[in-house]
Amino acid sequence: MLHNHSIGELADRLAAGQISSVELTGHFLARIERLNPGLNALITLTTEQALESAAAADRRLAAGERGRLLGIPLIHKDIFCTDGVRTSCGSRILDNFIAPYDATVVTRLKAAGAVMLGKANMDEFAMGSSNETSFYGPVRNPWDTTRVPGGSSGGSAAAMGARLAPFCTGTDTGGSIRQPAALTGVTGIKPTYGRVSRYGMIAFASSLDQAGVLTRTAADAAAVLEIMAGFDPKDSTSVDVPVPDYPALLEQPLKGLRIGLLREFFDGLEARNAALIEEALRVYRSLGAKTMEVSLPHLPLSVPTYYVVAPAECSSNLSRFDGVRYGYRCAQPKDLTDLYKRSRGEGFGAEVKRRIMTGTYVLSAGYFDAYYLKAQKVRRLITEDFRAAFQKVDLLVGPTTPTPAFAIGAKIDDPVTMYLNDIYTIGANLAGLPGMSVPCGFIDGLPMGLQLIGPHFSEDRLLGAAHQFQRATRWHEKVPGGYE
Amino acid sequence: MADWEVVIGLEIHAQLATKSKIFSGSATAYGAAPNTQANLVDLAYPGVLPVFNAEALRMAVKFGLAIGATIARRSIFARKNYFYPDLPKGYQISQYEQPVVGKGSLAVVLDDGAVKTIGVTRAHLEEDAGKSLHEGLANASGIDLNRAGTPLLEIVSEPDMRSAKEAVAYVKKIHTLVRYLEICDGNMQEGSFRCDANVSMRRRGADKFGTRAEIKNLNSFRFLEKAIQFEIARQIELIESGGMVVQETRLYDSDKNETRSMRSKEEANDYRYFPDPDLLPVEIDEEFIDGVRATLPELPDEKAARFAGDFGLSAYDAGVLCASRELGAYFESLVEALGAAHAKLAANWVMGELSSALNRDNVEIGAARVSAADLSALLGRIVDATISGKIAKDVFEAMWSEGKTADDIIEARGLRQITDAGAIESVIDAVIAANPKQLADYRAGKDKLFGFFVGQVMKATGGKANPAQLNDLLKAKLAAG
Repeated sequence: MLHNHSIGELADRLAAGQISSVELTGHFLARIERLNPGLNALITLTTEQALESAAAADRRLAAGERGRLLGIPLIHKDIFCTDGVRTSCGSRILDNFIAPYDATVVTRLKAAGAVMLGKANMDEFAMGSSNETSFYGPVRNPWDTTRVPGGSSGGSAAAMGARLAPFCTGTDTGGSIRQPAALTGVTGIKPTYGRVSRYGMIAFASSLDQAGVLTRTAADAAAVLEIMAGFDPKDSTSVDVPVPDYPALLEQPLKGLRIGLLREFFDGLEARNAALIEEALRVYRSLGAKTMEVSLPHLPLSVPTYYVVAPAECSSNLSRFDGVRYGYRCAQPKDLTDLYKRSRGEGFGAEVKRRIMTGTYVLSAGYFDAYYLKAQKVRRLITEDFRAAFQKVDLLVGPTTPTPAFAIGAKIDDPVTMYLNDIYTIGANLAGLPGMSVPCGFIDGLPMGLQLIGPHFSEDRLLGAAHQFQRATRWHEKVPGGYE
Repeated sequence: MADWEVVIGLEIHAQLATKSKIFSGSATAYGAAPNTQANLVDLAYPGVLPVFNAEALRMAVKFGLAIGATIARRSIFARKNYFYPDLPKGYQISQYEQPVVGKGSLAVVLDDGAVKTIGVTRAHLEEDAGKSLHEGLANASGIDLNRAGTPLLEIVSEPDMRSAKEAVAYVKKIHTLVRYLEICDGNMQEGSFRCDANVSMRRRGADKFGTRAEIKNLNSFRFLEKAIQFEIARQIELIESGGMVVQETRLYDSDKNETRSMRSKEEANDYRYFPDPDLLPVEIDEEFIDGVRATLPELPDEKAARFAGDFGLSAYDAGVLCASRELGAYFESLVEALGAAHAKLAANWVMGELSSALNRDNVEIGAARVSAADLSALLGRIVDATISGKIAKDVFEAMWSEGKTADDIIEARGLRQITDAGAIESVIDAVIAANPKQLADYRAGKDKLFGFFVGQVMKATGGKANPAQLNDLLKAKLAAG
């Protein structure tokens, strides 16, 4: 079936004229129509626009143009602004917001000829680890629809797990690509901070947010990232480092690669999870890599550090949603204060408000030093720990999540337990490092992820290591029942 | 009153004359239709990001170099968080802990000729807010975001000023400087140069400062002076009647000439400053600073010192001529045409006739109706004794109103000075003959009557007699008896 082909295979078929982009797009639109109602993975369908873009891609193909993504469909996380299409960020406050411009990520993929099918559900403003905070309702995990797909890129992950598109964009502030990728049995990469432009990506925590992609395989991720990545003068924090040809670098030999096991990740790790990671390490050793244990002593402080830094930035980033220029405005405001209070009070959900309040608190006079400044110091220590570790090893590996997907409703009323779901992923965001999650097995029939973390701008190494793991294993080929 | 000393510190907001905004590509021109110069970044649309305009940095560094300030090799943009409709992001991007310009100072000349050095604590870059509009809107407020994102340089002084006059002298000096540097147009009506004053009182001789009030909305030098004077009187009266000055922000109302409380310290926002994660620290090297230094013009103080030294002008006159770059240039082109020997004449004319004509018609020197070339031609006619200084003033007025050259007016009106001694003598003879009583009184010792005879001769010649010659000849004739 078309939806189980790699992007490379689809591109070859398009190039050979065996299938048109319009047919391919139609195939995925039909799948979405049939399967999305049970998942709630997509919240906006752009059917007409998709068919037009596909027809345009077909014309380019007919004219002899070739490209890795030319004519390939995708789904964008609804955090990316898409010109003329509702961009809600999973929030009531932007439910009526039609973006007047394209995010740089959207522009680049559009220019490459990729075809947007629609927009994916997500935790409100990317704040959540279960996709239950969305104004549009929870997303269901295709492996077990009573369970969450993870978050915040839960819609993208569920859509990938259910094979509703060849690839889906995502964003990762504390694990929002890697954690849902793990919980839905797909591949996800969060690049180095600054590798992909943040322009047009609605900000949650600016110093941590990074766009990436969810795919079936590491090879697919390489093809997409090569298009998404690159310096953007519109984003001052994007970095002007040349983008390697990731697909061409997938076969870099692993012989002699030094893989570090994060000791801190194994403290208290559930036995079955630990066994999956051990098995993955055995695979790597069989591919010629050397494994050794390393320690990042400050890593256990990641979660509290993150939950100071991220809310602080979000409390300021979300101030622009004030009911004045766009988005939700309360009915019949009495005066300016009433307009602000009710537009924001009615427009934002509980988790977003919790983080705005936390962030406002930690930045307040009298608390700033004890919270925000202290957190920044710890952040530097964690970054330094990673830097020291990468003197000894080329890659770090560990679990992506502590547990497989949990039941919808199980943790939503217990924020701290929910926050701890990101315990293994947050470190890479605090240090700005690239991280990936690849399927590495199952617990109770639910997929689990192996996490790879590399030094800054080592995406080629991560993708190569993940690709070669996927050639040696079959976990990434597993498709949930009913979605084959 | 003598028991009290006022302490004044000033915050000046100078809009930098960049073509585009500090963090977006929108134009900064004044007066466009509302919201036509606001793009998605200025409107704070979801997902947009700021990109720093390096031109604003160059201008800030230029200012820092001109006041001998330390230039930070690394400065940081922070967010100042508060909600207001004219602040679309809900925060203003400003510099907080690490501003681009550090400590500097400048010297001001006071009315009595004394020179006082005023410290500048810092100058930092920030973005301006938009404007709320209330006029012509029933039951609603409008927001114009054209100004949102216009670059500002906030120049913060030390609390070094001890009178309203010192404060005005300081602000005028900064005003002159930013225009010299061509980093701000200095237009106070349009708000591109604004000033807030921190005013407190203390017993003369005390070490500690009193509680200060911050006065806003001072959009002219005159209002600055009047507002400070009002505030001094208000605070003294308050303290002397047993009250206490409270720390607050007060608004100056120029119609009523008073300051009114706007908000107290308790009502002040907690701005929750933190480094803006969307912008990298601004890092500059020696090469950059040297590049900016190379663009510095001759500064007003340097120019004034040169005028005083080269042309023998008083410090005061030199200072007046250097109040703007254009005025200085106008004066210098007169001197170039007439020669340094006539610099004093040129200075008197620029500060006298020219300045009063400019003030009367409320035009800038650049729009003067008599060009430097035309004025130097007129002054040339005084130098070569074609006309007297007095006649020249009439000619100048005619040039100003009619736009003709000095020579055309002199010829057309027959104003050429009489320098023929014989001709002057014959007029003197006639005047003396016609006034025998005055002659007798003069000779009896009433010296003051000399002026009477001068006046009569001038009247008879239509003011055209060469004054110096007339003086000599008349003295001789009257004495001749």
